[in-house]
Amino acid sequence: MSEQPLLRVEQLSRYYGARPACVDVTFDLWPGEVMGVVGESGSGKTTLLNCLSARLKPDSGRVLYDTRHHGLTDIYGMSEAERRLLMRTDWGLVHQNPRDGLRLSVSAGANIGERLMAVGARHYGNIRQEAVSWLGRVEIDEERIDDQPRAFSGGMQQRLQIARNLVTKPRIVFMDEPTGGLDVSVQARLLDLLRELVSQLGLSVVVVTHDLAVVRLLAHRLMVMRQGRVVETGLTDQVLDDPQHPYTQLLVSSVLQA
Amino acid sequence: MSYNFAYLDEQTKRMLRRTILKAVAIPGYQVPFGAREMPMPHGWGTGGIQVTAAIIGADDTLKVIDQGADDTTNAVSIRQFFAKTAGVATTTRTEDASIIQTRHRIPEKKLHEGQILVYQVPIPEPLRWLEPRETETRKMHALSEYGAMHVRLYEDIATHGRIATAYDYPVQVNGRYIMRPSPIPKFDNPKMDMNPALQLFGAGREKRIYAVPPYTKVKSLDFDDYPFEVQTWEHSCALCGSEESFLDEIITSDQGDRMFVCSDSDYCQDRQTAGRREAAE
Amino acid sequence: MNDIAIEVGGLAKQFRLHTQGDVAIEVFRNLDFQVRFGECVALHGPSGCGKSTLLRALYANYTVGAGSIRVRHCGAWVDMANAEPRAVLSVRRHSMGYVSQFLRVIPRVPALEIVAEPLRLHGIDAAWARERASAMLARLNVPERLWNLAPATFSGGEQQRVNIARGFIAEMPILLLDEPTAALDAANRAIVADLILERKAAGTAIVGIFHDAEIREQVCDRMFEIEPFKVAA
Repeated sequence: MSEQPLLRVEQLSRYYGARPACVDVTFDLWPGEVMGVVGESGSGKTTLLNCLSARLKPDSGRVLYDTRHHGLTDIYGMSEAERRLLMRTDWGLVHQNPRDGLRLSVSAGANIGERLMAVGARHYGNIRQEAVSWLGRVEIDEERIDDQPRAFSGGMQQRLQIARNLVTKPRIVFMDEPTGGLDVSVQARLLDLLRELVSQLGLSVVVVTHDLAVVRLLAHRLMVMRQGRVVETGLTDQVLDDPQHPYTQLLVSSVLQA
Repeated sequence: MSYNFAYLDEQTKRMLRRTILKAVAIPGYQVPFGAREMPMPHGWGTGGIQVTAAIIGADDTLKVIDQGADDTTNAVSIRQFFAKTAGVATTTRTEDASIIQTRHRIPEKKLHEGQILVYQVPIPEPLRWLEPRETETRKMHALSEYGAMHVRLYEDIATHGRIATAYDYPVQVNGRYIMRPSPIPKFDNPKMDMNPALQLFGAGREKRIYAVPPYTKVKSLDFDDYPFEVQTWEHSCALCGSEESFLDEIITSDQGDRMFVCSDSDYCQDRQTAGRREAAE
Repeated sequence: MNDIAIEVGGLAKQFRLHTQGDVAIEVFRNLDFQVRFGECVALHGPSGCGKSTLLRALYANYTVGAGSIRVRHCGAWVDMANAEPRAVLSVRRHSMGYVSQFLRVIPRVPALEIVAEPLRLHGIDAAWARERASAMLARLNVPERLWNLAPATFSGGEQQRVNIARGFIAEMPILLLDEPTAALDAANRAIVADLILERKAAGTAIVGIFHDAEIREQVCDRMFEIEPFKVAA
């Protein structure tokens, strides 16, 4: 087991005016771990994700990332250049709406190849080959490599977004409701794919969702948020099978069984 | 009515010169400036004119070309503008000019030290095709986030089988900033590299000035397996026989007859004169 | 005498049901328990006494109010009741397997992959893992035509056999079994009993809940009674 967590979060807090959006969040994330964050609307889970993924500066607390060369570093203490480079290489960000995470007017192949070109890939043939390979891994027909994602279904767009993020072999991926808005059968396919990729690539993931089935399937660990606070945390199966906090018990008992 | 020398007031010229100095100090970087209203609309070279107005002196000799020709309406009116407001000498001969203002071409004849080439630029921002936000493109330049430029070239190859951009072909200056050279044909791009002359770029509507100092590396973007190539023609110039210059295609009849002629009129004229002299000898 | 695999000391478990007016249900208190490698212990007691709760607590699927659950892992001890999540995950991956009473069905994933997965997580080549999974499924009489189907549509008995195959394939040093033969016919019960005996002979520590007295007699060395540790109502 490695000595350093990949991500260390210390008393992260963020307010919107006087209203607490997320308060005092503390946890460590280790390589290969998937952390689920569940909560209903207004729980603060999306604010938390934005603070973790360097898109929203917290009001207090720290987010430390285990960089390749300098060890655990406060991401908000880095220069913007370093942070942006991190976001393009070591990190992935999967938006709920895939259109927010893709370049719609550019071909699928270029979408996947962009991150490679951004870090200096200069051989068209190799870039294209890599794109073909990734399309295969996310189960998109390679014939579609030159098509624009505008023409893809929601599920395909989401899978393309995932490929675009994973091509630079990030160590951690932040996901916001990755299956939101997709049909149930499409969701199942996407979750299956994510499970495989996470396992194959040894990814660490923070996945925010309101859907307990998603965390049951994907997450090793779980944090339950309510009104900005983490009310319960633990192994996913333990939190869902033996919930301690009243809110968690309510949440778990409210889920309809198919 | 009398004008201040070169039309603009001295404070404005000072502001422009400061901008130009900054541009020269950071090759390829777009410096914003407070553009003035000029007595011609945007799209007619107001950026280039303001740059020329800022640097021109009584001793200068000015040449103005438009698509390589000295005698188009645009070129003629700009030349007359400076003749009237600055009283400077003008010429059509490239080698005699100290300042050459150009729209969309670099002269065929090699430039020498001490000359200044002023380009008229419509859209200065190479990343604009991808990113409409100015705040974002500024950041991308500052952080050298240029992956998107190669995405453009990738798309060309994926669609056309080759890099299809023929004009305004993006370049990297001094190994750092990526720049649009203005709508010159890519044929002219190699001329920018290590040129002894100072190259200044003025965009009037977008209010940006940038520069390539003398003897600066300018490299056209490409892929390792799809290297940058210039245009070639099967024909030579119908008037002077040149096989090395950029040729315009001219339709000469309704039946579709055509001829290929040098775009650079001064260059072609010199060659024709030399050719006639040779024939006479 | 073999080494100790699991050492439980002073364990207490209580459920507090906030959704039912905060009613507290104490399950057991001051529970001590020990299992050695190579032995199979049956958790025993009347229905509702806490057998399943104890089994799940061993796996850290349930939390506990007090006490420790020390488990042998890579030459050291891990207290499942108090360890860091990543330590518990590591124990589950390498040292302790759990065969639940019902298969948790994951959509789309074929039975063969479900069974092969624990091996792949150990870094074993996918093709070889699938071969071992095939052998296991064949042994448990799961028809080959089902191997590439997702188990959602299987019968209860078929699902349970997939579950057992998955639980036994990685040959963990410690195994927890929750009613492994409940949904099976006599022939398949016998196969499972054989599997358990094989593992025991190989030195595995096994803790299980067996309602079937016959199986219990066949595979278990002793019974552990939970009742003495129950809290008086």
